[in-house]
Parts: sequence; C-alpha cells; structure tokens
Amino acid sequence: MSFAELLSLPFMQRAMLAALFTGLAAPAVGTYIVQRRLALMGDGIGHVAVTGVALGLLTGTSPTWTAIVVAILGAVLIEVIRERGHTNGDLALALLFYGGLAGGVLITGLAGQSATKLQQYLFGSILTLNAGDVLVTMGLAALVIVVCVGLSPQLFAASQDPEFARVAGLNVRAYNLAIAVLAAVSVTVAMRTVGLLLVSALMVVPVATSQQLTRSFRTTLGAAMVLGTLASVGGLIVAAFASYRGANVATGPAIVLLSLAGFVVTWPLGVWLRRRARLREPFLGVTPDEHETTDHPHEHGPECGHLAVPHGDHVDYVHDGHRHAPHERHYDEH
Amino acid sequence: MSVIAARNMTVAIGGRPVLRGIDLDVQDGDFVALMGANGSGKTTLVRALTKLWPLTRGTAELFGTALDRFEAWHRIGYVPQRSTAASGVPASVGEVVASGRLSRRRLLRPMSRADRAAVRDAIDVVGLTGRVRDPVSHLSGGQQQRVLIARALAGEPDLFFLDEPTAGVDLPSQQALAGALAEVKRRGATIVLVAHELGPLADLVDRAVVMRDGRIVHDGAPLADHEVHDPALGDPHTHHHHGRPRLSDHAPEIRLGPGGRA
Repeated sequence: MSFAELLSLPFMQRAMLAALFTGLAAPAVGTYIVQRRLALMGDGIGHVAVTGVALGLLTGTSPTWTAIVVAILGAVLIEVIRERGHTNGDLALALLFYGGLAGGVLITGLAGQSATKLQQYLFGSILTLNAGDVLVTMGLAALVIVVCVGLSPQLFAASQDPEFARVAGLNVRAYNLAIAVLAAVSVTVAMRTVGLLLVSALMVVPVATSQQLTRSFRTTLGAAMVLGTLASVGGLIVAAFASYRGANVATGPAIVLLSLAGFVVTWPLGVWLRRRARLREPFLGVTPDEHETTDHPHEHGPECGHLAVPHGDHVDYVHDGHRHAPHERHYDEH
Repeated sequence: MSVIAARNMTVAIGGRPVLRGIDLDVQDGDFVALMGANGSGKTTLVRALTKLWPLTRGTAELFGTALDRFEAWHRIGYVPQRSTAASGVPASVGEVVASGRLSRRRLLRPMSRADRAAVRDAIDVVGLTGRVRDPVSHLSGGQQQRVLIARALAGEPDLFFLDEPTAGVDLPSQQALAGALAEVKRRGATIVLVAHELGPLADLVDRAVVMRDGRIVHDGAPLADHEVHDPALGDPHTHHHHGRPRLSDHAPEIRLGPGGRA
C-alpha cells in the first residue's frame, strides 16, 4: 500500500477532518486567552476535564459529553475565582487542577478501566475516531470559530481593557464567561486530537508564533488559526508517514512538536523585528550636539545601511544611538 | 443642564469609607479638575460615577438619570488609569481606538462609514495620524495615553472621565494631550479630569475640586499645583485655626467639622 493510499483510508480521512477543525478552533479561543495573559488556563481546564472523562467511563456514558460538562463547570469556576480577584486565587486554581487530575485517575480505577483507556484521552487518539465523533468535533469546533470570529470586536474589547469595556456598556462578565465556556468546549474538542495534557499547546503555541510577526489583533487571530491548522494537519501527516515507514510516532505529540518548531523558527525573526521597531522610536533624553557632515565617511541615503525613519517632512537616520537629519553642512539630532 | 448631580455619595471598600458624603454638581460644558493626594478618593469617585463601584449610600445622577437606571453609555467617555494600552496579544492603534465605538455599534454588524470616520477623527485629534496600523506596544507611554483618549473620543461622548492621563507622561505628550482636550472642550463636551498635577492642562481647567480623605475640601477656582498640597487645605494632621485662607465663596458643600476640619 502506498502512502497516498494510506491517506485515503476512511479512518485517515476522519482524522484529517478532525485535525482541520480542531486546528482552526483551538487557536481562535487561545488568542483571547493569551490576550488576558491566562496562557495556562487551557492546561487547568484540561486537568479538570480528566475527571469528566473518568465519570463517563464510570457511568458508561460518552466520555466526550461528561468531559464537556465537567470542563465547562471547571472553566466557569476558574473564571469566578479570577473575577473575585482573591489574593490567593492562583493557589485556588492549582488545587482545582490537581484535584481534577487525581480525581480522574482515581475514578478510572474505580470504574475498572485500564490506564490505556484513559491514556487515549490524556494523549489523544485521533485515529480511533468514528463518524459520529467527527461530526461532534466539527459541530463544536464550528460553534467556537463562529463565536470567536463573529463577536471579535466585543471579545477583543472585554479582554483588552475590562473596565473600559464595562463603561462602554458591554456586559463584560457575560463575555468572560463566554470565553471560559468556549475554552472548555475547545479543550474537549481537541482532547481526541492532541490529548488533555497537551491541549493547551494547540491553543497557545500558534498564538505565540503568530504574534512574533503580526502588528494587529485581527491578523494575530487569523494567522494563529492558519498556523494551528497547519500544525494539526501537518502533524497528523508526519505521524502517519513515520508510522508508514515503521516508526511508532503518536499523533498528539507530533502536532505539538511541529507547532513548537514553528515558534522556534519565527522567534528570532520576531526579536529582530521588535529591535527594529524600538529603533524607530525617538530617543528621549539624549540630545547630542549637531555635528559636521565631515565626521561621516558617507552621505546618509537609502543605500547607506542606517535605518531610515520618516519624520515629518524629512528622513532621519538612526546612527550610533541617535537620529540624524541631514541639514545643510551638518546633521541635526532628532 | 446638570450633567452630574451627586448627593451624599458614600462608598466603602471592604468596610473602610473611601468617599464620605460627596455632593457634586457638574454643569454642561464644565472642565473640572479633580485633585488631591494619593488615596484621597479621586479615582473612587470616578469609578463610582461610572458604575464600576457600587454606592454604599447616597445618590448620583448622570444627565438627569439615576445611576442605577443609567444605560446611555455612548454618552460617556472613560479613560481609565493605565500605564499601558497593550495586552498579551499585539493590537494596532486603529483596533484599540475602534473598540471605543462599541457603545454605538450593534452586535454582529460591521463598522459603518460613520464609525470609521469617528475613529479616524479621534486618532487625528490626539495627533497620532499615520500610526493607525502601528502596534500600541511600540508607542511611548505618552503616546499610549493618547491612544486611550482617542478610544474614549471615538464614541463621541458628551461627558469624559479621565483618570490621571498625565501620570508619568513626557512633556511633548502632555502638550499633545492638552491640545486634544482643548479640542474636546471646544466641541462642547463636559470633562472631569483626575490629576495629581495639571502641568500644561492648567489653562483649560474652569474649576478645581480638591479632595482629601474622601471629602471635598475645595470646590471653585482652579488652584496652582502647589496650592492643592497646601496643608491649610484641610490636612487632618495640621490644625491651622488661625489665618486659614478663605478658599472658596461658592462651595456650600464644604461642611466644617470641629476644629476647622473639613
């Protein structure tokens, strides 16, 4: 069987669809979570959802639905603790997360299920999805995407500056809860793809990567969704190809590592871009004397290699920690 | 018309009184500077008037509507006390300013032509034309303050609350800010400005309200920065019974307690 034939098998097709929708949805919520500086929230919800999965295994109902219910309850509780702004709020969250994970493992044991069953949810098992699973994944992911993109002006404002948003008449608490619920839904959606312990990576890493290069919120959101899709579909194909060649490569870790590789590649570029942007700012507090053009081995111009910054009606050149504007026989300092 | 009418406004935070029986009237078109030392209650007064903090006692009206029932948020422009306009994800100047337009936009509708024009105009007024697409995190602290003011301007409000917009801001930005506020004032908006020191804004101020320990101790003519911190202005720890300057003739709200304490 060729690799192309492997990709056309029904279970691979289902996996690709699930990866596509998960890759689009997780970074969409992730952008708002990173904007609030709550990058670890997804991890917390993931830990809590373990208990949900275990309850599903114990009661014989679908672990996806019990996980969604428990994850939403956990996310709302996290949001309430955060909103109250208790001084030891992060401690309360830590207790919640440990409780979720330990409770999940304990209940799975009580249910008489082996660790391998739970492991499917902890680290993902995208190749075992049936048609119903894929439909549920697609439906929930589509809901997440529609809300995150459709309400983006409101969600952006409520995350950027909650107090301002309240005085602008937005129901900030409702939007915060919406983000928490959407995060819980995406955690459960991504649970079968990358697993509960790695789910947060798919929400956060594409955002971290895209913001190395972007200058606006809208492009960050869009680029994160594209990067998330590339990572999840790409990781799936890489894992499938490796397995085809006889190596045992799990899909979830392949997706997360591919996503991280994207960050590692873009990060130096981001550092360089930010350094350049800082140089464009006026240098405050330093006003060295103007000096003669003869001090310079060359005339500043488009080709001279110094960073050119448009400044009103002329162009300044960044030069040894100050800005030069050519003026008759000397340089003014700007 | 009375834009703000507060009677016996009292706010306690965690059981500690922060505002004690504030009476305040602000008329249409006033430019009021709310001054006083740190912890005197200026910010809490603004937060109570914007419904960010509940009142413990007393009443307040905005545009003649009681605060509990007030919903006309598009009439209010708020510039919260912030050192930065940035958050965890890049956002452009245009995007941050556009969020000030939400009080006039409906859900799931794209920005109208009027929305775009208001955003552009707000950015022009604060002197950041040409930086619409720049990320706010690349701007200086003073420029970020101007972005926050443009965001409040974009909603075309009738009443502005500005909380310490000049704190830690370089002089060129303070001057740009003064220019922007002069334009806002010229357009007829009412402005309540919380400031520790006025700097270049001093010329715009019509009226100074000075607070100390949650009470208003001066309400009237603008004061120079050094006068605000004059111990004679009701400082509880120095009892100047003699020669206390009569600071204001038209401030009936000041009730002198025992020992001349306001």
